[in-house]
Amino acid sequence: MNTKRETYLNPDTLPFPFCPGCGHHTILEKLDQALVDLALDPKEVVIVSDIGCAGLSDRYFDTHAFHGLHGRSVTYATGIKMARPELTVIVLIGDGGFGIGGHHMLNAARRNIGVNVFVFNNLNYGMTGGEHSVTTPLEARTSTTPYGQLEQPLDIPASVGLNGANFAARTTTFDPDLANLMAQAIQHEGFSLVDIWELCTAYFVPQNRLSKAKLEQTLVKLDFDTGVLHNRQRPEFSRAYREKAVNERPREDVMEVTTLQPSFENSLSRQKSFILAGAAGAKIGTAGTLLSQGAIFSGMQATQRNDYPVTVKTGHSIAEVILSPEEITYTGVEKPDVILALFPEGLAKVRKQIKALNEEDLLILHADLPGVETAARTWRLDFRSANRWGRKKEFRAIMALGVYLRETGLYPLEAFKEAIRLTPRFAEDNLAALEASKDVEMG
Amino acid sequence: MPQFMDGNRAIALGAIDAGCDFFAGYPITPATSILLHLAQNLPEMSGLVLQGEDEIASMGFCIGAAMSGRRVMTATSGPGISLYSENIGLAIMGEVPLVIVDVQRMGPATGAATTGAQGDIQFLRWGTSGGYPVIVLAPTTVEECYALTIKAFDLAERFRVPVFLATDKETALTKTTTHIEREHAPRVRDRKTADLESEFVPLGIEELDEVPAMTPFGGPHKLRFTTSSHDEHGYLTKDPQALDRLNRHLAEKIEAHVEEIAMVDVDADQGSETAVLSYGISARSAKAAVREARQKGKKATLITVYSLWPVPEDAIREALKGVKTIIVPELNLGQYTREIQRLATNDQEVIGIYRVDGKLITPEEIREQGGLL
Repeated sequence: MNTKRETYLNPDTLPFPFCPGCGHHTILEKLDQALVDLALDPKEVVIVSDIGCAGLSDRYFDTHAFHGLHGRSVTYATGIKMARPELTVIVLIGDGGFGIGGHHMLNAARRNIGVNVFVFNNLNYGMTGGEHSVTTPLEARTSTTPYGQLEQPLDIPASVGLNGANFAARTTTFDPDLANLMAQAIQHEGFSLVDIWELCTAYFVPQNRLSKAKLEQTLVKLDFDTGVLHNRQRPEFSRAYREKAVNERPREDVMEVTTLQPSFENSLSRQKSFILAGAAGAKIGTAGTLLSQGAIFSGMQATQRNDYPVTVKTGHSIAEVILSPEEITYTGVEKPDVILALFPEGLAKVRKQIKALNEEDLLILHADLPGVETAARTWRLDFRSANRWGRKKEFRAIMALGVYLRETGLYPLEAFKEAIRLTPRFAEDNLAALEASKDVEMG
Repeated sequence: MPQFMDGNRAIALGAIDAGCDFFAGYPITPATSILLHLAQNLPEMSGLVLQGEDEIASMGFCIGAAMSGRRVMTATSGPGISLYSENIGLAIMGEVPLVIVDVQRMGPATGAATTGAQGDIQFLRWGTSGGYPVIVLAPTTVEECYALTIKAFDLAERFRVPVFLATDKETALTKTTTHIEREHAPRVRDRKTADLESEFVPLGIEELDEVPAMTPFGGPHKLRFTTSSHDEHGYLTKDPQALDRLNRHLAEKIEAHVEEIAMVDVDADQGSETAVLSYGISARSAKAAVREARQKGKKATLITVYSLWPVPEDAIREALKGVKTIIVPELNLGQYTREIQRLATNDQEVIGIYRVDGKLITPEEIREQGGLL
């Protein structure tokens, strides 16, 4: 148990800098009272302050302090709480900060991260000149609403409460029970927030002749309830994350990398590039990777880049593969040596490149696709002759590569099989399809 | 022993081997797979991975965690760097060790999400208010993605500053044969921590170029961290002397150590009057061009800059001695060329080769414009 302290305020930095009558005095005094009541170790308390007059608060506390950017305070608090769940992380923010960072606040509430937010809600911007904020009541006069506020004020506890906060309350600085309410919020596991309405004596009070009574009447008029409005026991995020996600395996075992020991010969004398032109869902990327991995097993170097539309399950799928006996520096393919056009979507994408092929190049075309004018040698592959494997589009590219490797002897089929075996889940089917590729008829 | 992987995977692997134990990010093409690899792997070794509600939140999480003792990384692309901007300033001000990967795509704005570019090179250096320095490293290969990620963590811990790893869509997503030897990964230096005996002073430095010791939130000392201009105790100040000291310190701790950060590779060709100087993905085109030129009996020196910021001025000037023509290929309209122009002597001609059509600069273009055909 921690020793009881008389105060958590720092005598060296006092007094507070706020205007006479400003509610911020009360909030900080009550926060101090709450910390005293909870007897927390000051080295286990982090006060994260936002911007504006409320942002001046952290320096008066003899705890850890993080003074961050406008509206973003709850994001730093989240990072701190995630890293050190045992700490009490308190966010001090104004209604201006809530406006600029409301999105973070909704998400912190939804996430139910165990930080405690106290909103210094004085209904306007007290530091920059009394401009209207997201909580300025209807008809209120501010320096930017001389005609009276037309925008509906934001209901802060409702917004976080609706979106999963474990604890949400609203009150005013005139509440005699404020310190207790703040202590209750700090003690509550998960995201907690207290919206504290108060007077800005510099701007809002003189502009609107606001008083304690009028502040309370405004709450009634807006139908904004006070007291504890949401009280739940959902699991706190930083602890839930540790329970569900985190393990403690040694670093060496994490993200293991497959190595490809070269153990086959190849007949490649110069750099050769391939374009596999197919369709979404036809495992074109996989086929390109297998071609590359088989090449590496055969002592070559390889690169592979894929192209497909952002809507991944539709349209073309292209894999560009370069194989070389030496290091590949430039990975662009201006004119490939081999194009495998296996689907209409892919063919449409590579028509120009097919036209640019010369007589030393090779075009491998699915027999069902229309003929294309080209100077290259053309193999038309009829997959129907390879019965059940030939009818499945996801094996077409692997089978076409099987035909290519058998015919050219670029590298042994066994190296390609080694590559296929790297993914045990699909190995059996892929090997069977490769075997069936010897029945593909070539015209 | 060879492997086959892309740059994003190598960066995730580098982060793991550098001891990264906190990552937060928001999905964005072409950087997303770094988030995915780490989300699937980092928690396996007690690391934490958060997907923020946006880039701003993700950077906020990173800064909070870094100041709580974590070794932290985030990854995004140009539009995400735009959203990071304000927090990059906070990380500079609060001296936060932080690695930021920028997988560049074509801008401005949403630009071309799946198209590579090198258009963020000046943005990374000047992307936040105040103009204070950061460190930017640029790998050219998948293997260097791994090695420079580890280096980025090391420099972040050493200098307490955001260190950027500037890659691009091509390097990030093109798989290549690699030879990464994880067992030989260099060790990352630990951040200097405040000793337990004496009083902790957040900006406790004797010399301006010194890096102050750190203490984490929840640690043995109470930490004051602030976005505001502050005195040595972390309190807001307007005192001209204190402001001058803070701001000069933020610049000096990097700029007085350019030589320690500098990474420039020079493949000199004796008696060559032409140099091809590049970085990132374009350095690969440069390498191919120089190799082809030499095969044809032309002389050319190849200079690859890995530490783009701070500009390794002395190392570049030294590499350019005796050179008459400097070719600078890059995938923008001359962002780093202007740095080279200011370093070149009056009798040196700088020729930029720029492409902004989404295609890589070809080795032929470099040879053609550099008189190396």
